[in-house]
Amino acid sequence: MVGLLDRRLVFVTGKGGVGKTTVASALALFAAEHGRRTLLCEVDAKGDAAAYFEAGPTSFTPREVLPGLWAMSMDTEASLREYLRLNLRIPIVGRIGPLAKAFDFVATAAPGVREILSVGKLCYEVRERHYDLVVVDASATGHIVGQLAAPQAINDLVKVGLIRSQTDWILEILSDPATTGLAIVTTPEEMPVNETIELAGRVSAETTVELAAVIVNRVLPELFGRSEEKVFEELRRPAARAELGRLAGGDPTPVLSGARLAVTLRRTRAGHLERLRAGIDPAVPVLYLPAVFTRLHGMRTLRQVARSLGEELAL
Amino acid sequence: MTAARARKAPQPHGASLDGLLASREIVVACGPGGVGKTTTAAAAAAMAATRLGGKVLVLTVDPAKRLADALGLEGIGNTERRVPDEAFAEAGVKPRGELWAAMLDTKESWDALIRLHAPDARTREEILANPLYRNIAGRFVQSHDYIAMERLFEIHSEGAYDLIVVDTPPTRNALDFLDAPDRMAEFFSSRLLRWLIVPYRSKLVNMASKPFYQVADRILGTQFLSDIAEFFILFQSMYSGFVERARAVQRLMADRRTSFIVVSTLEAVPLREAEFFAQALVDRRLHVGAIVLNKVLPDYLRDPEGALVAQRLRQEASAFSEALAPKVRSGNAAQIRRVLAEIGQSYLDYQLVAQREAEQQAELATVPEALVSVPYFDTDVFDLAGLLRLGNGLWGVAATPQ
Repeated sequence: MVGLLDRRLVFVTGKGGVGKTTVASALALFAAEHGRRTLLCEVDAKGDAAAYFEAGPTSFTPREVLPGLWAMSMDTEASLREYLRLNLRIPIVGRIGPLAKAFDFVATAAPGVREILSVGKLCYEVRERHYDLVVVDASATGHIVGQLAAPQAINDLVKVGLIRSQTDWILEILSDPATTGLAIVTTPEEMPVNETIELAGRVSAETTVELAAVIVNRVLPELFGRSEEKVFEELRRPAARAELGRLAGGDPTPVLSGARLAVTLRRTRAGHLERLRAGIDPAVPVLYLPAVFTRLHGMRTLRQVARSLGEELAL
Repeated sequence: MTAARARKAPQPHGASLDGLLASREIVVACGPGGVGKTTTAAAAAAMAATRLGGKVLVLTVDPAKRLADALGLEGIGNTERRVPDEAFAEAGVKPRGELWAAMLDTKESWDALIRLHAPDARTREEILANPLYRNIAGRFVQSHDYIAMERLFEIHSEGAYDLIVVDTPPTRNALDFLDAPDRMAEFFSSRLLRWLIVPYRSKLVNMASKPFYQVADRILGTQFLSDIAEFFILFQSMYSGFVERARAVQRLMADRRTSFIVVSTLEAVPLREAEFFAQALVDRRLHVGAIVLNKVLPDYLRDPEGALVAQRLRQEASAFSEALAPKVRSGNAAQIRRVLAEIGQSYLDYQLVAQREAEQQAELATVPEALVSVPYFDTDVFDLAGLLRLGNGLWGVAATPQ
């Protein structure tokens, strides 16, 4: 399988709250730091990616936020304008007063229009080779299939017209595994793992895009192995606990309880990790990112995640 | 979880969820994705059925498979089912009332709505067969939002339940489902809709809509455009029914019998979204009954004495391990040293997160009648016993140590 970052268009999806934006931003940062001209595009822009780079709000026009790293946010109406400008050289376009309303209307009525305008724009950037890599902070798991399958759906619904003539090359880019891949971000918890397995199945059944990687975020460190766990259990007994308290000059109960919690959480999550690995095609790499224990968000955390990603990708 | 307490946050009105569940007919659980909305809704309903009695329905959108199994929801779609008393008995509880559960099947609900509003059999069949309709009912994102509220309205007006707890669909934008009835009404009364339909009703294209057609035709193709038009011509026959219904759904949301609970965790991103959402509810004059904070780390992780002990364990693991070796039979000094250093470090790591969470909670700007924090359970909730355990937390009953 082609490596995740050896492709030119990478969609990053994930259930809400698993760190999809963080991972997409870290991927883009890692690629840019390794000399690839990278575009990071937020599809459902909440501005979180921009906040990481402390670069102010992003817009449809890409802006270089770090050397070699551009950021933009998707705006389907702007995408439509750009598309019309490039493809339909009719002066009337500029004069259609309520283009926004008309667009909103057609897009609401005809599912897939909004989706194809964002996917189309991203494929366009790839086709024109404006960047070496386009990383997309894509829709959440509930909507990604609709987005990636839109060109095919439009192909089925629309038999003629300009859009029809465009879907062919878009599909070609999306369907080429050497060019395009999808990464699903998840955490080792029940629902995210369930959704990831289900989504992996739907992606191969309903879209032409290849699942390039599953990225597990917030993997908890293993405190100690089995034999050391016995030691830990003994330390929790009254005599050892009292001695520990005397040595450390304070009540060790919170620390022991905290360690107990950490061990149990880690164990529950290990079960979900096993389920995940068993539920995903063995050919698809699963990358593991450790939980980051830090007070801060922002660039520092992002660099940490990017470093871990780099280590996993090198394996 | 020894020192975990179910409530620790400021309680401006001293309330918890029990009062809310006892006094409302509809409770809507909403908030960002991935915070345990579905589980919270199910737990609240299970507790209400257990403690308050009456007929309680949990209307859920996308439960985890094991939770669906626990509620007997597997593969039942739109039909409401009663959770059997045996399931409660297994959890060691004898409920005062009945717990019912139903899942939301978008496609099925849309079809039911069309059947309700269609003026005649022919229109009904034509709509159900229209390719655009099938697309909209199955995939159209906003249709989930609308249909969830619509279904709630339907069930509520049948009057079969004392309390309905509903879980909202995961939306792109947390506000979508609130605006859905409005948007639906606006959509069907839009001038653009009339523009779009005109040329297919008469051959007359008026001067104003002509340019729009020229562009639309070149982009979308005639066939597609006429599919759209046909769809809307059919839909227009149901216009007044739909708009009226959308308004009624909206009134129900704003009614005093309905309350919203905003569910979140204390992680920065979901919490920010939840706060924004709570404010938006207030702005719309909807009743925010509670904020539920899930997966809150236990208080003992913020103990200053704990931090001191953890630091000493990390720094002096070697010296301590020598002294402890005689008291620990199963390991040598090297193993003890590693364990001490690890648990010290682990405590300090978790303390960072627990402190950050506590700060986030203190900064919560919108404080509703009840603010409930539910401790981090170290196992997943996958049966009724688990739901009731979570429910105890929501109820303001101290969670039992494990």
